[in-house]
Amino acid sequence: MSTLTTDLITKHGLTMDEYDRILDRLGREPTLTELGIISVMWSEHCSYKSSRLHLKKLPTEGESVLVGPGENAGIIDIGDGWAVAFKIESHNHPSFIEPFQGAATGVGGILRDIFTMGARPIAVMDSLRFGMLDDSKTGIRNRHIVRGVVSGISHYGNCFGVPTVGGECIFESGYGGNPLVNAFALGIFRKDKIFFGQASGSGNPVIYVGAKTGKDGIHGASMASSEFDEQSEEKRPNVQVGDPFLEKLLLEACLEAMQTGAIEGIQDMGAAGLTCSTCEMGGRGGSGIEIDLKYVPQREVGMTPYEIMLSESQERMLIVAKRGREKEVYDVFRKWGLDAAEIGVVTGDGLLRVKDRGEVVAEVPNSLLTDDAPLYDRPFSQPPRVAPLDGPEIDLSKNTALGDSLVTLLGSPDICSKQWIFEQYDHMVRTNTTSGPGGDAAVIRIKEADVSLAMSLDGNGRFCVLDPREGAKLAVAECCRNLAVVGAQPIAATNCLNFGNPERPEIMAQLVEAIEGMAEACIHFETPITGGNVSLYNETLGDGIYPTPVVGIVGLVRNQDKPMGIHFRQAGRKLVLLGGLLPNATGRKAQAERRFGSSQYAKMVVGGLWGLPPKLDMDYEKRVHEASRRIVNTGLTESAHDLSDGGLAVAAAKSSFGLSGVGASIELQSELPVHHLLYYEAPSRILLSVVEEALGDVLSIANDCGVEAPVIGKTIEERLTFTVNREKLFDRSVDALYEHWTNSLERSLAT
Amino acid sequence: MKFGVVLFPGSNCDHDAYYAVQANLGEDAALIWHESEDLSGLDAVLLPGGFSYGDYLRPGAIARFSPVVTAVKKFARSGGLVIGICNGFQVLVESGLLPGALIRNRNLRFVCKTVHIKVVTSDSPFTNASKTNQPLAIPIAHGDGCYYADKMTLRQLENEDRVAFRYCDTVNRVVEEANPNGSLDNIAGILNEERNVLGMMPHPERASDSAMGSTDGLVVFQSMKATLMGTAR
Repeated sequence: MSTLTTDLITKHGLTMDEYDRILDRLGREPTLTELGIISVMWSEHCSYKSSRLHLKKLPTEGESVLVGPGENAGIIDIGDGWAVAFKIESHNHPSFIEPFQGAATGVGGILRDIFTMGARPIAVMDSLRFGMLDDSKTGIRNRHIVRGVVSGISHYGNCFGVPTVGGECIFESGYGGNPLVNAFALGIFRKDKIFFGQASGSGNPVIYVGAKTGKDGIHGASMASSEFDEQSEEKRPNVQVGDPFLEKLLLEACLEAMQTGAIEGIQDMGAAGLTCSTCEMGGRGGSGIEIDLKYVPQREVGMTPYEIMLSESQERMLIVAKRGREKEVYDVFRKWGLDAAEIGVVTGDGLLRVKDRGEVVAEVPNSLLTDDAPLYDRPFSQPPRVAPLDGPEIDLSKNTALGDSLVTLLGSPDICSKQWIFEQYDHMVRTNTTSGPGGDAAVIRIKEADVSLAMSLDGNGRFCVLDPREGAKLAVAECCRNLAVVGAQPIAATNCLNFGNPERPEIMAQLVEAIEGMAEACIHFETPITGGNVSLYNETLGDGIYPTPVVGIVGLVRNQDKPMGIHFRQAGRKLVLLGGLLPNATGRKAQAERRFGSSQYAKMVVGGLWGLPPKLDMDYEKRVHEASRRIVNTGLTESAHDLSDGGLAVAAAKSSFGLSGVGASIELQSELPVHHLLYYEAPSRILLSVVEEALGDVLSIANDCGVEAPVIGKTIEERLTFTVNREKLFDRSVDALYEHWTNSLERSLAT
Repeated sequence: MKFGVVLFPGSNCDHDAYYAVQANLGEDAALIWHESEDLSGLDAVLLPGGFSYGDYLRPGAIARFSPVVTAVKKFARSGGLVIGICNGFQVLVESGLLPGALIRNRNLRFVCKTVHIKVVTSDSPFTNASKTNQPLAIPIAHGDGCYYADKMTLRQLENEDRVAFRYCDTVNRVVEEANPNGSLDNIAGILNEERNVLGMMPHPERASDSAMGSTDGLVVFQSMKATLMGTAR
């Protein structure tokens, strides 16, 4: 007779169809522990059951890719025998429930993914999305979440000793109930010293190391696989609690233990804890693992097998050592004051067998938990149209007001300085950060090899909600452009796909379109996806987020003493707009007006979005990147800054916010509407400041690459001015604009 | 010449200090494990930044009980040069080698940025290669860097010329706006009575390599080197 009630099964997030699948594959009814194990491995978070089918469309192979998706992190070759491992992962749901710990353990989790492969983490970046800070109803909560998330990241990364070198932070009302916290980490190692999460060699000991197991985080993965409702507060115990000090010790101990040669395989315990690490290691190694829970170090007495297997306590690792050489592993962990205990052995039977004091409490084939997890081809329709196609008439008679809108934009949450955030992160530890937060891409030198790495995180929910396919392409294009600005050649990418409930066909359509757009762009820009993460069900009470695919791209910079900066250095330089004033601006006026509706100007000045994202010509974009790299790497420009949020006007302002205090005088002659000239967010554009003597070479490189490069003005002392068709629209002191831009976020958080 | 860089569990600027001494200063460095009681063969000891023992209880509060700190005290008593940077400063204060306390930053937030400090005295083994009043651009990165001491101690530090560095603005004025953490009298670094122990919150090892934007911090290590070589001014 059945002991598992329908209620219990659905509480585990399983459908009755899925339960029937369990009965069929197992040939019997699961025990409660088995139900817990299977349900968590079959959760969306662990199984990717809604997205797997479409993720296959992403390019994953490339010349430099050593390890692609499916491992703890992707690995690329950077030459001279060195490799880097990197990945991005979401910790969205926990960060809403408990912002500080949610964000902290998000950083902890991604760091373990990197060092479990043998790499020492040397950089972290974070892509953050929050609700509006000034919202009359939810502002207080949103500000609380921002403070919590930022201090959580700061707490964990700083103590661990990894620099947080960059990222992005965007505010939209849709993220109020569903903040996004996507953490990226990158580590370095010798390419012949890669470790994998696999259990091989029957009879080899399975060793548990690190923190003791407690009751925290039980069913965290399942929580991350459902929507929130009024009872979400009650899920607080599902959030794990992190200890960065312990993680730092775990890092040093793991890297030292790996040096002994006694380790066969190693995997971190992240989502689904002991369950996931045992079955995945067995699955990858084509073996089985048998453990006895009585040997698992526990933080409290009386934990049930169910709780021990599902706990998501942090800072734990599972190691398969070579039989006979365990002592070498134990010695290292003892030196670092960490628990290490043999909890079982590798078997040859392909099963995950869990015993509790000798009695079998779960025995499940690895395949059932991994490859044989459900795979859904969920129905999808069309992405929903959430904003009108055509926007309001913009009154062009008030040209000066158009100039003044720059002040509004500079103080707006997405565009204003994020100094309040990144000053709380140690972005300099390890003394490699040659270009930290605040630039287009972060650059870190690799002391061991004669090379630097550039990296950037980009996503654009505004574009994606209007057209997920084009929005995803634009995100990849911008990310590659950010690298091109510092002279870097992009090599490979990682992605984090943040969406709503995939069981709704219009949300599923957003996911499919975004993946396909990202795939097309990643093929075009030659940035294979080496791994990543999908976060679905980002909805609270049916209110979903903007579809937000985030991409992180890593590139190589060679032969540079100092990375290219975004700031003007000297007055009297020529301003060149590489890519042109408005590339792809052909077409009817109505069409151009529609594409203006996705801009920050539409959002912050007009007060709402409409239309479509800007048009992207990927061939042209790629030529702009090539031109930028050539110009930057031959030292022909003093500054380079990509145009993105807020278009030309904002880019010129931000380039003026350096220590030199040098501003710009921009003079345009054009038939195009003024608001397009100043604020349109067309891609494929980079603002350069060039000495007179180098101008010829810059223009000839642009010409070689088939890229427009109009001279649009010059740098001047202390002021920022815009003149269009001889009418001066704007003339302000750089200092005053800077004050407004730099203090805006702190002001909004203080209220 | 050999610098010992102490490695506590949770130290995370140990590699950086080691690199600055070896690559930027061009002298030997060795990592010293926290359980070691043997500092023989070392000419100077450096307590690096980080979160020793997780900063549990208070920064530096547990490190003071470690075997290596007992050895460091002995080393200092016998006249050896000891420099504590950031968490290392906190350890020196907790272990009584330097007076006062380092408490939570006044705004209660961790702060990481490049600040300006000025050399208050060049009369020390750590500053003799600089000039009094020389401005230095050096990064800070700490959550507990607010220097606090009673009035008498402050007066004593002042009278005995033991304030090594103060936070200042870009034009070298010691003003409240330039104080990143609320430290009394803008104090960024102090010396012990014998002047052979220095604690400072800013990270000179992060400003010792031109690739990092500033080499102003190198003067601290160069001063130590000159002192040890007997070539100090």
